[in-house]
Amino acid sequence: MKRFIGLLQKEFLHIFRDVRTIMILFGMPVVQILIFGYVIKNEVSEVDIAVLDYSRDETTIALKNKLEASGYFNILYELQSPKEIHEHFKEGKIKEVIVFPKGFSEKLTQGKSPSVQLILDATDPNYAQIVGQYTEAICLDFGLQESQIISQSSGISIQNRMFFNEKMESSYLFVPGTMAFILMLLSALMSSVSIAREKEFGSMEILLVSPLKPIQVVLGKVMPYVILAFANAVSVILVGNLVFGVPIEGSMLLLMLASVIFVFTALALGIMISTISNNQLTAMMMSMFVLMLPTMLLSGFIFPIENMPVFLQWLSTIIPARWYLDIIKIIMLKGGGMAFIWQQLLILIGMFVVFIGISVKNYKIRLE
Amino acid sequence: MSEIRIENISKNYGKVQAVKNVSFSVKSGELFGLIGPDGAGKSSLIRIITSLLLPDSGNIQLGEYDVVKDYKIIRRLIGYMPGKFSLYQDLTVKENLEFFATVFGSSIEENYDLIKDIYHQIEPFKNRRAGKLSGGMKQKLALSCALIHKPEFLILDEPTTGVDAVSRAEFWDMLDRLKSKGISILASTPYMDEAMRCDRIALMQKGEILGTNKPSEISKMIQHDMFGVRADDMYKLKQFLSKCIDVDAVNLFGQEIHISLKTGINETSIREKLALQGFSNLEFRQIEAEIEDVFIHLMTRQAKEVKNDQ
Repeated sequence: MKRFIGLLQKEFLHIFRDVRTIMILFGMPVVQILIFGYVIKNEVSEVDIAVLDYSRDETTIALKNKLEASGYFNILYELQSPKEIHEHFKEGKIKEVIVFPKGFSEKLTQGKSPSVQLILDATDPNYAQIVGQYTEAICLDFGLQESQIISQSSGISIQNRMFFNEKMESSYLFVPGTMAFILMLLSALMSSVSIAREKEFGSMEILLVSPLKPIQVVLGKVMPYVILAFANAVSVILVGNLVFGVPIEGSMLLLMLASVIFVFTALALGIMISTISNNQLTAMMMSMFVLMLPTMLLSGFIFPIENMPVFLQWLSTIIPARWYLDIIKIIMLKGGGMAFIWQQLLILIGMFVVFIGISVKNYKIRLE
Repeated sequence: MSEIRIENISKNYGKVQAVKNVSFSVKSGELFGLIGPDGAGKSSLIRIITSLLLPDSGNIQLGEYDVVKDYKIIRRLIGYMPGKFSLYQDLTVKENLEFFATVFGSSIEENYDLIKDIYHQIEPFKNRRAGKLSGGMKQKLALSCALIHKPEFLILDEPTTGVDAVSRAEFWDMLDRLKSKGISILASTPYMDEAMRCDRIALMQKGEILGTNKPSEISKMIQHDMFGVRADDMYKLKQFLSKCIDVDAVNLFGQEIHISLKTGINETSIREKLALQGFSNLEFRQIEAEIEDVFIHLMTRQAKEVKNDQ
């Protein structure tokens, strides 16, 4: 035990002496959550648009006011002819042009539904779609109000409610995602690199000839990262909760338990990588390509798994982050308990067992 | 009982034979030198002895323990200093020493006696990071770390490579003192002059042991007479001697060229041939073979045997 504590002490000294490690451990989580927090946004605000209004009556003016008052749109130009549309799009200042036909107001008062044309700059298709949807929603809403006042005619009206995220905040998605990402990064990358470093500098040779058991060496190397990863998980949850208002509906204890299990799975993966890489660079590259990218792309963090081709959906099932992300969404946003997450937890534990098994089998008590 | 017995050890890396059927033994309390150029297979052999590599064939006993079967016990008994400096560069001198002491279940105080002489010299720098030490000091620290658990066997892989001449001499003085405490020491080195500091040496080349003997008796391993030759144009002289069929081995040695003659060739005939070439200021004298001469001689013979085999 004394030996093991000696190892731990040494590992902490390494961590706190190396500026780069410190930056990754403590700078990265903060930077990431802020970047994701402000960059990944599915909401739009203050989109610059132009209007080509053939009617210029009180109704279209009211609608234009409503668009601007919503805070989502900013009418930059009143166009005079359709020719201008193309020019403005080429300029790139505006993202959308709304065209109102002649006699807009009359049609509405006669009880007919006037049409509105939306022309969008679709260089960024997702963005264009969202902008279009927002415009549509506002126009429909406006039409409904007006027609009720005028004719009292009733049609089918749809009322949406977004459960678990009423305001459709994207932070609800990225906080769990960032948590999974950071825990994976710290646990797997840092631990695999730190073991590979011993190999690279030749100190593994001395550790091997020492009476330390292999399991002690490995545990001594990864334990500090468990503690640090955990501290980071807590701070990410706090930032998410306090800065971005992500709720924690379920039990904090359960969330922590799930996080610990995920950290162990990630560590096992890191150890497995370190058993097959001989220097820091290889360990780093392997972690990057084997862990970071799939965690980002295939876990459902950025792209919904349901929209992926079947092959990638299959692939996503072996990504630990996918299951962890599932768990934290259930706990944080839906307030679900153990009954809803035990399957995912079992999968993570199963992965842990497999990774550790492979590592123990691969671990060398000698040099090659 | 602290004897190291190495019997018929071979090790291949793919097609490359790094160690070929090597046998020798290090007696209890002996300072044994493994001498050979880079790539001779010294490090591979040492790693096999320290249980870090498995031999393809042969066996090694350290005391009563087998290096493959009892590797766990062996690893407690040996102090090992790898060829590459492999302490933690970002830890201080004291932290490194403390770490290795705890890892081996010991403490600095417990075995301070053993490392006192060595550690004493680096103690003024105990709060300096190991990476910032000079080459000589690094080696002293590494030696201290290897000794901290009071090993029975001390195995050093090129401990003085990259160290200045004064520190090298000091280092060997330390090994002498450790030997007097009853530790069996095996050290490898590419430097011929260090061979003189050992009790016995083995010359190693291309994975083979060319010979094992006391340094003082190693010159007797050459049956042929050795000569030192010099002239104004050393370059031309060396070229000529290398091509000369009467000469067995040629070695540039400081200001002189050392040669040994083939069996049946006497001094007069080579003198005549040299005179015919018209070298100015030609000097020719018989000399006592030094370790390097022996080494070159044995190497040349080995190379010729290989050629004959093919």
